[in-house]
Amino acid sequence: MENLLNLFVKSVFMENMVFAYFLGMCSFLAVSKSVKTATGLGLAVIFVQVITLPVNYLLEKYLLMDGALAWMGPGFETVDLSFLSFIMFIAVIASMVQLVEMVVEKFAPVLYTQLGIFLPLIAVNCAILGGSLFMQQKAFDTLGEATVYGFGSGFGWFLAIISIAAIREKIQYSQIPAPLRGLGITFIITGLMGLAFMGFMGIKL
Amino acid sequence: MSEALFSRKNISLLSGPIGSNNPITVQVLGICSALAVTAQLKPAFVMALSVTVVVAFGNVIISLLRNTIPNRIRIIVQLVVIAALVIIVDQFLKAFVYDVSKQLSVFVGLIITNCILMGRLEAFALANKPWPSFLDGIGNGAGYGLILIIIAFFRELLGSGTLWGFRVIPESWYIANGGFYSNNGMMILPPMALITVGVIIWIQRSRNSKLQEK
Repeated sequence: MENLLNLFVKSVFMENMVFAYFLGMCSFLAVSKSVKTATGLGLAVIFVQVITLPVNYLLEKYLLMDGALAWMGPGFETVDLSFLSFIMFIAVIASMVQLVEMVVEKFAPVLYTQLGIFLPLIAVNCAILGGSLFMQQKAFDTLGEATVYGFGSGFGWFLAIISIAAIREKIQYSQIPAPLRGLGITFIITGLMGLAFMGFMGIKL
Repeated sequence: MSEALFSRKNISLLSGPIGSNNPITVQVLGICSALAVTAQLKPAFVMALSVTVVVAFGNVIISLLRNTIPNRIRIIVQLVVIAALVIIVDQFLKAFVYDVSKQLSVFVGLIITNCILMGRLEAFALANKPWPSFLDGIGNGAGYGLILIIIAFFRELLGSGTLWGFRVIPESWYIANGGFYSNNGMMILPPMALITVGVIIWIQRSRNSKLQEK
């Protein structure tokens, strides 16, 4: 239990998807103009991350890893399909996003209209695929760890996009040099927030 | 072929993305991987080359298939094409430049979700012939690579005092050896890449006021 909690804190703060690895920057910059839409997108990312990471974990463990096919019989022990992992992961993510979209449309139409275009766009959000690839690199022992990592990394992304959206709403009223307005200042603010997040790196868990 | 291979229109496809229509600073595509791999010149260069190859050939393939892809499943088709190309690039890097491939870690895989790819496939290859699409891919890859190399140049020079792994700032300048100089360790940290991009955007937009936002 303690182990899982550590993993969660680590994936939210120390290995924050946005500030430590710059994943999901495209939608992070494009959709952070207001806090409301940012919240919607952030929640959708957490949701998709929590579903796709365990699925990809199982795929990795029972299909792709070196020797993972051993359960099929003695002839399959040496099969290594890990070069297929990109295509498998992205297929899982794209189809999961499609599935999530249909489920949300059916059971929570209000949320569906709020999220709008952002749901399908999550399929090409690098934070999602990045989560799966980091999961593969870290080689977690249990399904629980993979799920917690998924939740943590999604939550970290959610925190990041909400905070930048709040700052961007405020800086509309300040005098910024014309060439720096919009994109430029957003980059610099994100950089400064990233530097602040670096402070978490020294913590050992 | 009614048009010359290198007509003026085709040349502008190639040069536009390098300058006033740059994928990173103007179209805001492909930021994710642009920042994480730029602490040193070598991985940045390899990354830029890989992305260029994938964009160019992805553009050609999608452009050849554009009349046969049903509109509803086009995103999945595009992802499959890109993923297949990225697997080839990844295997190639692992075989020939293993140390760089290790340094890039997951970011080679993340080329799949690099927005430049989806952006160019959606915006260009789906509506154009293979040859212009190929040029567009090369142009965008080069524009992306240019920014990557500028960032990596400053980060490696100021952060570690080397360029492409070779020492540029003499050892004797360092405080440890009785000199006056020390590296700016902050430049190696990832957030400084963001600030560098911010500054590049600032410079570009003050030279070209058409790009400024209100």
